[in-house]
Amino acid sequence: MGKVSHMDEGTIVIRMKDIVKKFGDFTANDHINLTVHKGEVHAILGENGAGKSTMMNVLCGLYKPTSGQIFINEKEVQFSSPKDAIDIGIGMVHQHFMLIQPFTVTENIILGMEPVKGLVVDKETARKKVLELSERYNMKVDPDAKVEDISVGMQQRVEILKVLYRGADTLILDEPTASLTPQEIEGLMEIIENLTADGKSVILITHKLKEITASSDNCTIIRQGKYIRTVKVDEVNENDLAAMMVGRDVNFKVEKKEMTPGELVLEVKNIHARDYRGVEILKGLNLNVRRGEIVGLAGVDGNGQTELVEILTGLRKAEAGEVTLLGKDVYNKSPKKTFESGISSIPADRQKHGLILEFSNEDNLILQHFEEEPFSSKGILNRRAIREHATDLIEKFDVRPRGSEGAPAGTLSGGNQQKVIIAREVTNDKELLIAVNPTRGLDVGAIEFVHKYLVEQRNKNRAVLLVSFELDEIMSLSDRIEVIFDGQITGSVPGKNADEKELGFMMAGGKKHE
Amino acid sequence: MNKKKSILESNVLYTIIAIIAGFLIGAVFLIIAGISPTVAYGKLISSVFSKPKYLIWTLTYASPLIFTGLSVAFSFRTGVFNIGAEGQFVVGALTACVLGILVDLPVWLHVPLCVIAAAAAGCVWSLAVGVLKVKRGIHEVLSFIMFNWIAFYLSNYVVNLPAIHKDGGEATKDVLESSRILFPEGIRNLLGCSAANWGIVMAVLAAVLIWIVIEKTTLGYKLKAVGFNSSSALYAGINADGSVLTALGISGALAGLGGAVQILGMSGRLSQFAGQEGFGFEGITVALIGSSSPIGCIFSGLFYGAMKYGGSKLSIIKAPAEVVDIIMGCVILFIAVSQVFRILFRSIGKKKEGN
Repeated sequence: MGKVSHMDEGTIVIRMKDIVKKFGDFTANDHINLTVHKGEVHAILGENGAGKSTMMNVLCGLYKPTSGQIFINEKEVQFSSPKDAIDIGIGMVHQHFMLIQPFTVTENIILGMEPVKGLVVDKETARKKVLELSERYNMKVDPDAKVEDISVGMQQRVEILKVLYRGADTLILDEPTASLTPQEIEGLMEIIENLTADGKSVILITHKLKEITASSDNCTIIRQGKYIRTVKVDEVNENDLAAMMVGRDVNFKVEKKEMTPGELVLEVKNIHARDYRGVEILKGLNLNVRRGEIVGLAGVDGNGQTELVEILTGLRKAEAGEVTLLGKDVYNKSPKKTFESGISSIPADRQKHGLILEFSNEDNLILQHFEEEPFSSKGILNRRAIREHATDLIEKFDVRPRGSEGAPAGTLSGGNQQKVIIAREVTNDKELLIAVNPTRGLDVGAIEFVHKYLVEQRNKNRAVLLVSFELDEIMSLSDRIEVIFDGQITGSVPGKNADEKELGFMMAGGKKHE
Repeated sequence: MNKKKSILESNVLYTIIAIIAGFLIGAVFLIIAGISPTVAYGKLISSVFSKPKYLIWTLTYASPLIFTGLSVAFSFRTGVFNIGAEGQFVVGALTACVLGILVDLPVWLHVPLCVIAAAAAGCVWSLAVGVLKVKRGIHEVLSFIMFNWIAFYLSNYVVNLPAIHKDGGEATKDVLESSRILFPEGIRNLLGCSAANWGIVMAVLAAVLIWIVIEKTTLGYKLKAVGFNSSSALYAGINADGSVLTALGISGALAGLGGAVQILGMSGRLSQFAGQEGFGFEGITVALIGSSSPIGCIFSGLFYGAMKYGGSKLSIIKAPAEVVDIIMGCVILFIAVSQVFRILFRSIGKKKEGN
């Protein structure tokens, strides 16, 4: 896909100058600068907690800057609320959609700005306006569909239309590709191009370097709240961008030695299950994982991955089927039993399932072992052993800050919380490690770290099942890729040299090309 | 370690601020009622501190409150809300009373029987609610409130049964001497308090025991894990339902013990009541003032006990005893908004630094 630039270098629409934002003693933004032109796609790149969100929240009126100036169309402005920013033409599409599920697409778009006829909402006019907008930017949406029934990609288009409906000239997209399929990502890139062709400007916040090089004109890099520099994307490559973001060279290539998969560890046969609504979500799924291999389960969210993992870890009961681990029956057993049989897991939701945020890190690190020696004996906790265990793991797994053994897990950053979970689960060293979206929301430095440990586990001749919505991650780590669609495995390809297009096609329900 | 200490200290600091604020609001009401706050508060303080025997009385008032406070605090720490300590206290008191009247045993058997049976009754009363929660998903707060009323009417019914009712009175017969936990008569005379009893010793021991359970044992670890995040606990293989039941059972037993201490120590009989007596609800106040810490509950229980005992003497100066309730209510309110104090102080501190 070729990149077409619509940037008008003569017209500056947004200028943020020396923006400083402090929260108490903490400086989230330290003299940040940003210049966005008409028709430009401007990427903002930075690690987790670098201050990207703070910066955008300042721009869209949620935060007042401690000092610094904002110019819109070369006129200085001061926002006292997000409404001021919207009125002047700045709209933000948040990473987590803010849509009302039982409402229709049209109702969601017009919410708060409904055209009225007398005392009632003029639904016909609203519907027409929505259609008009969607055609203008070639964004396919069904104005009468309920949001709960439409795909994630369409929900995102609804969010973008919502902002356009409010008259935005500059759109801020926060991590817009986080949960899209490769096809949907391409669609989004086209929409971005259509927007800029019409003279709109787009600010793109992302971790994904590939998307920046594919879509953006300029890229502003911030690190630890400080403005590093703005570069022309055409003049740099992905490695340069990563190095500027992290402040050191990053190794993207996952180093993996050749291994021949061994003995069968996990065998899943003909599993059937229903989701919480009672709809059949797993329809006779078969899967196996051997020693010394990472099997990547690729698929779009909602095709049964979550339920499968819940069944394997004992959180959900299947209706029929077989699950064995090294020949032992682990079908429909309790979480404790499955863990004891040899399955450990890095859960998808680290705050809901992985950690007890109110507990200290040292207590979180013994969550499955608090009743065992040396952490306790005869029902009394051995605080010293627990502390030593934590100190050891914090050092080994580079959890920051050091000395946080006694601090609540909730005080750590997302990446470090994930490190605590990984430290615990990898140390468990069970036959099978299930990792679900293990790098979601992490920056490249932390991702590199997580990947290293997954590969290490495989190299120790353990079986690893990787479930991820990030196709890149699946492709770079897996020895074998299984595609899940509509509750079944619909295709299997070797991990080496897997083709992204083909995988994307299969993830969307297409059959493998022969 | 240092950090932990400073957090603890600040909790104490804000609690004290809340108590002072509560007294100030109480003063406003006293002025409206035409009573001088200095006179009323002077009386309140002198009725607790002016003679050693008053202090002993305060301790006997405080013991059941420490128990119900511990009951509620334990439930807070383990993620459930035992608003049913009232009912558990009542069935505990009822059980101790009935066994104290009807069974005749030597002291060394009679007291343990009554005390253990009362704890068991409170435990069962609470567990019934726990089972409804675990098996049927009924929120514990709803069932607890209903169980409070069931306990109340059950108690009034049993009090009037001919076998234990005292003829011509509103209460039961007195429990047998062998079931009482009073100090020996000589010591009571020496202390000048006819109801001085072992309840306070039991309450302090219970608080220490509960502190150990929460902070030092695998049981406490498990119950807290489920209380904070049952999903993570389940994921880690902890039996969440079992933990909820254990937590509620222990909490109920503590409230039941409070009932036993009240009957076997202070009152010696059970009266028929027109409304709920409130030891369980006061336990919520005690737990909140004590920051849900078992050791904190000892001090907040003593404070509430002093207020109750001192308040009972306000009528001498024709001040309404209800002013005590107003003060305690305000204290709770201020503890709830202590976060505001914190922010206020922090910003004042900042300004000073800035200058």
